[in-house]
Amino acid sequence: MIQDLYQELIIDHGTHPRNFCVLENANGKAEGFNPLCGDKVQLYLKIENQKIEKASFTGAGCAISMASASLMTEALIGKTTQEALVLSALFKSLLTIDSAESAELGKLLALAGVKSFPARVKCATLAWHTLQAAIHCNIQTVSTELINS
Amino acid sequence: MRIEAIRSEFPILQTQIHNHPLIYLDNAATTQKPQCVLDALNHYYTAINANVHRSVYYLSEAATKAFEEARQSVQHFINAKEARECIFVKGTTEAINLVAHSFGEHFLKKGDEILISAMEHHSNIVPWQLLCQRKELKLQVIPINEQGELELENLELYFNKKTKLLAIIHASNALGTLNPIADIIKKAHAHNIPVLVDGAQSAAHLKIDVQALDCDFFTFSGHKTYGPTGIGVLYGKSHWLEAMPPYQGGGDMILKVSFDHTTYNEIPFKFEAGTPAIAEAIALGRALEYLQKLDWAFISQHEARLLQYATEALSSIPRLKIIGQAKEKIGVISFTLEGIHPHDIGSITDQFGIAIRTGHHCAMPIMDFFKIPATTRVSFGIYNTCEEIDQLIKALDEVRRLFKLY
Repeated sequence: MIQDLYQELIIDHGTHPRNFCVLENANGKAEGFNPLCGDKVQLYLKIENQKIEKASFTGAGCAISMASASLMTEALIGKTTQEALVLSALFKSLLTIDSAESAELGKLLALAGVKSFPARVKCATLAWHTLQAAIHCNIQTVSTELINS
Repeated sequence: MRIEAIRSEFPILQTQIHNHPLIYLDNAATTQKPQCVLDALNHYYTAINANVHRSVYYLSEAATKAFEEARQSVQHFINAKEARECIFVKGTTEAINLVAHSFGEHFLKKGDEILISAMEHHSNIVPWQLLCQRKELKLQVIPINEQGELELENLELYFNKKTKLLAIIHASNALGTLNPIADIIKKAHAHNIPVLVDGAQSAAHLKIDVQALDCDFFTFSGHKTYGPTGIGVLYGKSHWLEAMPPYQGGGDMILKVSFDHTTYNEIPFKFEAGTPAIAEAIALGRALEYLQKLDWAFISQHEARLLQYATEALSSIPRLKIIGQAKEKIGVISFTLEGIHPHDIGSITDQFGIAIRTGHHCAMPIMDFFKIPATTRVSFGIYNTCEEIDQLIKALDEVRRLFKLY
């Protein structure tokens, strides 16, 4: 059913995304791009002592990719980078494996319907791939700083 | 009714998608196949399967005869002077790559220029870019305007002594624009510039006469002309093809091979190394005969009516913008719906059994020009009806309702 894909929450976040801005002092940044459909996400994280204090994004894409990024930034704030990576793995399982609906995903469960639309899974996972890159970028920056000092 | 009779010849149109009858509006990507084409594929494998041009036994002769008759069907379809000017390739992409390699490597030298347009499909951009890198050539681009038409007023400014080839799209897959190709060819020839016409989007929709056009090369794909995938045609004037070196080496393209020297076969075989797509070529011949039997006046009238009907219906939807408003168009309409991404539109209309294309249509420079990431595209074939367009409009209403645009 198409309503399973386009739930109220998805349409809401897809057309009015939250945390949709550039984060000036971000120390974890990455850009995600899906060349097949042109969807773009720039992700910004402010990480202090391995904890995500702030998360925001900019970009352009379909309602699924924008809603996924919006809901993701909401879920990330307050989590450690380790917890964020665990959540990322849980989310990807949600879209690829049957009965992988972990309660920890909370509002993100609204995206479970994407699983029935294989052509759209990449839209939903774009922000999450970008998240991994942003965390990696932060770790690399931190380690470079350590080496430099 | 004539359209009903045509529809009954395409078995796939009986398919139900998500409990709705299939409404296929992605004919610019590929067309569906009539029963006679499916029968031709089946007949080759069940009755005359053998390799061509090789053996003396009955089956091989039957296969060779059918294969060469298909070449004659191609010749008649585009009104080539000789069948040997029609080379079987995989499709338009391979045809252009063949010319880029063979013509490009042989005739072009450092500093020469190749002219294309801002309206090209990636397959008429990238082969030339690769050639430019290999041979240090320059790629020049004829611009387009806001209507999605070529800017032809200053066309002659792009012609100079270094311009060695104009490679140009006949009809745009992303905008629907039908270019005044005969006029462009005449102007290029006045400067002794040969012209390659990418006919992927035109061959199934209007009568092609390569002698009247006087183009040097013409390319099209079988699967966009109601034939199979994996087969297409490169037409080239014989004097070019004879002067060009082979594109690939192998069997069938040689007359004599020793370890010192190889004598190449004559055209078209010089450009058909290896066992060709025999069944597909035969079935393509059948598809082209089928199209010609429908007659061009009927096809162009029917598709022009669909274009007009759909343009009017889509234009009445608030916040819908048609991208590509050229005066002369084929049955292709690209549009954006403010606030809704094309992929969301495509997923929702799919639930109503409607197949439409969403994305950049392998023409990213066009998307950049209009500053949009993607469009939704409907494109018509001989079996489409105004009732199907009504269903599309209803489905788009549903999209807008779901996205709260009412």
